Amino acid sequence: MSGKALISTEGLSVGYRVGKGPFSKSVLKAVDNVSIKIEKRSFFGLVGESGSGKTTLGRALLNAAPITSGSARYDDGEVSYNLTDIDKAQLADYRKRAQLIFQDPYAALSPRMTVRDIIAEPLEVMKITSGRAETDERVREIAARCRLNLEHLRRFPHAFSGGQRQRISIARALVARPQFIVADESVAALDVSIQADVLNLLKSLQADMGLTFLFISHDLSVVAHTCDYVAVMYLGRLVETAPTRQLFAAPKHPYTKALFSAIPSLDPDDQGRAQRLEGEIPSPTNQPTGCKFHTRCPHATDLCRSQEPVMEAVQPAHEVACHRWRELA
Amino acid sequence: MPSLIDVENLTLKFRTDEGLVTAVENVSFSLQSGEIMGLVGESGSGKSVTAKALMHLNASNSVYGEESRITLHTDGGPVDVLSLKNAADLKVVRGGAISMIFQEPMASFAPSIRIGTQMVEQLQLHSDKSKAQAREIAVEMLDRVGISDPSTRIDQYAFELSGGMRQRAMIAMALSTKPRLLIADEPTTALDVTIQAQVLDLMKDLVKEFGMGIIFITHDLGVVAQTADKVSVMYLGKLIEEGPVREVIRGAKHPYTRGLLAALPRLDDLDAPLTPVPGDIPSPLERPGGCVFNTRCGDVIGDACTATVPLEQWVDPTHRVSCHLYDGKRKSGGA
Repeated sequence: MSGKALISTEGLSVGYRVGKGPFSKSVLKAVDNVSIKIEKRSFFGLVGESGSGKTTLGRALLNAAPITSGSARYDDGEVSYNLTDIDKAQLADYRKRAQLIFQDPYAALSPRMTVRDIIAEPLEVMKITSGRAETDERVREIAARCRLNLEHLRRFPHAFSGGQRQRISIARALVARPQFIVADESVAALDVSIQADVLNLLKSLQADMGLTFLFISHDLSVVAHTCDYVAVMYLGRLVETAPTRQLFAAPKHPYTKALFSAIPSLDPDDQGRAQRLEGEIPSPTNQPTGCKFHTRCPHATDLCRSQEPVMEAVQPAHEVACHRWRELA
Repeated sequence: MPSLIDVENLTLKFRTDEGLVTAVENVSFSLQSGEIMGLVGESGSGKSVTAKALMHLNASNSVYGEESRITLHTDGGPVDVLSLKNAADLKVVRGGAISMIFQEPMASFAPSIRIGTQMVEQLQLHSDKSKAQAREIAVEMLDRVGISDPSTRIDQYAFELSGGMRQRAMIAMALSTKPRLLIADEPTTALDVTIQAQVLDLMKDLVKEFGMGIIFITHDLGVVAQTADKVSVMYLGKLIEEGPVREVIRGAKHPYTRGLLAALPRLDDLDAPLTPVPGDIPSPLERPGGCVFNTRCGDVIGDACTATVPLEQWVDPTHRVSCHLYDGKRKSGGA
């Protein structure tokens, strides 16, 4: 990629100790050897089935999951932090620069706080503003950007619909003026009619405020419409990364192709069952050898079962981890 | 041939502290055996309430309209669903001739009872099979829905199965009594696309095999396009458009249906802007007068929309729509 990377990781792994007893040695690798670059001011999509490690990767980049090996760096031009070796003061500052928007706007907002207090809380907790007047001003400014009026600020979350609640969540995440936003399935719980509205809002906020998004989603059509760049994950690994258009025009990895063909087409006569995936994503505690996808891949060979593929460049900025992508293309 | 189920003028209100709240108003439709009807609409449109009414399953504070009638045609003759009162009579519409599968299979299975035990219990409730026979049928059904090693799986608990497996088990359980009508309430919404594709394929195969009717509740028009024969669109308790799936998706008449289609991110045109339906669905406590959609409609044609409730218009023998654009109130121009 050409632009300057805001987030870059090199061989990033996140592991959790599992099994019984304090001396258990077995480790569940939720994210395994992931190297990505998220360009500044980009909308970076992360897709994959549940259990693929999307959320864990997002959390690791927010310093909220234990990075076991590899490196992750944040660099916004003003400051630069190594997320695997960050001290308390730096972390406090990083929290202001990197924020999370949750999936479920019904669960993410405290029912006992007014919308104003919900949005103001990050400012107060992180001691960003000095005094109520300044806090109120910041809250009003971001609320207006998220199309919430003064009347809304006085009410409690229960009075709002799903789309409005998600706008409140967005305002709360943006009030500290962060640079980097992890949006984890942020439109998955919304109706289609409202989903488009929230996506348009995220895009315009990104353009106006110069934000960088890591947009985690299982919905490929949403990702296709919002993201500049897409990374596909499977069982903790990256299997393919490419600029959105290139990925959708010419996917290389059999898993990416299968994901695409599983999207229900809006054309009732297009009932192709081609490339339907059999089975389900294996358990991360009991991972297949070789290529992680070989248990479900229709093209798997002995090589796939024994040796793990590495990322290869298809074109500049388009990489795929598959032994057979050339012959299958 | 009589239809499988006829719903006529279904009106359903809930008694609440704020007064009577209208959840469903004057909804009529019929479903044939072997037909899949997609029931589409936003949250709060009354889809689930309508579906539950077919099983007489709504809460005790529900009040049905006087002219509401639901008739289920069974081998033993027509059943007037809304007149059923006690549990023994209701058995036929609750798991007997009508079964339902829900969105979240983890919440639908009892967590501390083995899946097999739950399947056997429901089979014995609806037939005079012995425990061993019921278990045999349960294993067969689990096998039929593609669960590998069903004789082991049947003794597992719901938490031991993955999401897709759980939904398959749910389908197996719902179909084990050989219902005539299956109501599927967002059955694939909680699943990954790859698993969703498997479950949808399975459901289509099962319709062919068992010949039952399915009411498929979903907010995903892609899922409807891929599964349904006809589509009914609901908004704020009203059925505003109904027609064959191809006609509705390619030639939607109601501005709301068109809005839903335009809001969908399409893969065949990544440059197309996403157009949301403006505003939010109003609270059922503040139902707009006239056409219920007038507060969000971009095609309001004057007082008619805010003052009078649009009547149903048949745009062709199988496609109906409730909108003033089609009843001659519009002065000039085509629709």
